[in-house]
Amino acid sequence: MIMLWFKKKNRGIQNDAQRKIPDGLWLKCDECGEIIYKKQLDRSYWTCPHCGFHFKVTSDYYIRILLDEGTFEVMDENILPKDPLKFKDRKKYVDRIEAAKKKSGLSEAVRVGIGKIDNITVSFGIMDFRFIGGSMGSVVGERLARAIERSLDMKIPLIILSASGGARMQEGILSLMQMAKTSALLAKLDDEKIPYISVLTNPTTAGVMASYASLGDIIMVEPKALLGFAGPRVIQQTIAQELPPGFQSSEFFQKHGFVDIITQRKELRKNIALMLRYLYRPADNIPSIIFSD
Amino acid sequence: MPIEFTLDFEKPIIDLQRKIEEMKSIASQDGVDLESEIMSLERKLQKLRVDIYKNLTRWQRVQVARHPRRPYTLDYLSKISQNFIEIHGDRNFRDDEAVVCGFAMIDGRKVVVIGQQKGHDATENIRRNFGMMHPEGYRKALRAMKLAEKFDLPVVIFIDTPGAYPGIGAEERGQAEAIARNILEMARLQTPIVITIIGEGASGGALGIGIADVLMMMENAWYSVISPEGCAAILWRDRAFGKQSADALRVSAPDLLELGVIDKILPEPPGGAHSDPNRAAEILKENIIAELDRLKDVPKNELVDMRIAKYRNMGIYKQA
Ligand SMILES: [Zn+2]
Repeated sequence: MIMLWFKKKNRGIQNDAQRKIPDGLWLKCDECGEIIYKKQLDRSYWTCPHCGFHFKVTSDYYIRILLDEGTFEVMDENILPKDPLKFKDRKKYVDRIEAAKKKSGLSEAVRVGIGKIDNITVSFGIMDFRFIGGSMGSVVGERLARAIERSLDMKIPLIILSASGGARMQEGILSLMQMAKTSALLAKLDDEKIPYISVLTNPTTAGVMASYASLGDIIMVEPKALLGFAGPRVIQQTIAQELPPGFQSSEFFQKHGFVDIITQRKELRKNIALMLRYLYRPADNIPSIIFSD
Repeated sequence: MPIEFTLDFEKPIIDLQRKIEEMKSIASQDGVDLESEIMSLERKLQKLRVDIYKNLTRWQRVQVARHPRRPYTLDYLSKISQNFIEIHGDRNFRDDEAVVCGFAMIDGRKVVVIGQQKGHDATENIRRNFGMMHPEGYRKALRAMKLAEKFDLPVVIFIDTPGAYPGIGAEERGQAEAIARNILEMARLQTPIVITIIGEGASGGALGIGIADVLMMMENAWYSVISPEGCAAILWRDRAFGKQSADALRVSAPDLLELGVIDKILPEPPGGAHSDPNRAAEILKENIIAELDRLKDVPKNELVDMRIAKYRNMGIYKQA
């Protein structure tokens, strides 16, 4: 349930929007190699103007571009990680947590709460890859469980934006159980016909992909994200052959029928809002800021 | 035909077994009366088995769980059930033989059975893909569960997999989606689900048929978020750290009981299930029957509510 990450790949794991550039003004595109003026990137939602490559951005950035301004009320920040197994490999788990907190400024790999998208109140969860690879442990599971329960209690749509390498090994079997925990509650949401839109960003894999991320009524993804169950490296070692180009990309999964909508980052807010207008009938007739009837 | 296979720590047992065999053949060939010596050695053997097996490390248990002579799903089914009839295919792509699905009677109780199946030899292992399921396997299993729900039969599941298969076809056909869907549907399945981990319980590959009202685990089985070697490869950068990783991950039955993930440990005969498959099967059968009988009168909606509540409460965190 864990995607393998190796040194070579690690470069892409940092958040590009935060990456220190020698002169601070220019950035090289990972995909096409073009040198891009940073101000230009900022204007184009951190996508490459030459090839459309979507740079990784922080959860703060997504909150800013997706939710109506100033509407996100973060909740359940009092749910915090423990070290249930006293796990230690070459490093102690507690030290990894502290390092992740420092690096990301976050208390865990997901933030949940209530916000508005195009005036519609939603239960919102957003993962951040900077926090131990966006891995899912007991806190991610519990916060998301509460997010799903808020959807159930308030009868409001659920939006979860994923970015994760999978389950968090350092919590052992308990992290696997978070797949069961979140998916079991999504069964209730489904029974109640409350819409759930799952948004996948680069990368969404393994235990997260094999649970709530794959269970949206509608699944949206940014272009050229890495998705999948098993890591490319593991697959390559298992089958002992080269993997086809574009394997496990957003486009691959759409072609094979597992993703509804590939959306440019700049269209993401509009597309979520549009789906909400189709799937959800709020009690009052809430006027749209984006669409005219 | 028994496979010649000895684990390191089993060696004293095997050596003593050989010695007893030798003495028996001497006794019968030369007519020497060695009965008391043989009996005393047999007592010693029994004690040795008990001693060695009660002190197994987690990593040694992982080896026992992978023992090629360990009983697999079909071995147990032939011992604990009657009138087994297998069903095939996911009605969509193909029949995945890494998982066996069908109907069976356990002392007169009609059930739907589902179990991951490894092979006892190379040919069967290829056919069974070493017990590693593809998406169509998870979908076949779900089909069997839906039949159970529709026709009011409980579901009995055996878990024994080194993992869901990591391959091109598996990704093309949505391995992640198949597992996720099964977890969701099993959570709300309106019929009892009794599961036993009989050997290996590797990660999502196990969880994809792993949501239960009662989850039992055989004494030497393992269940983990990732295989000890897989974890070692990532965190220790070396697969050889399997032992350290098995300890850190806490993959053994007593660990899982303590963490509240399983409900019950099924004892294995001294020397492990492979040393006495009949006894292992008896223990399995008694426990499955007890759980089926306990769950059969619970109203279906209560059963589902309790099942979802059980998983909803899993996890250990601080609340500040
Ligand atoms: Zn580019």
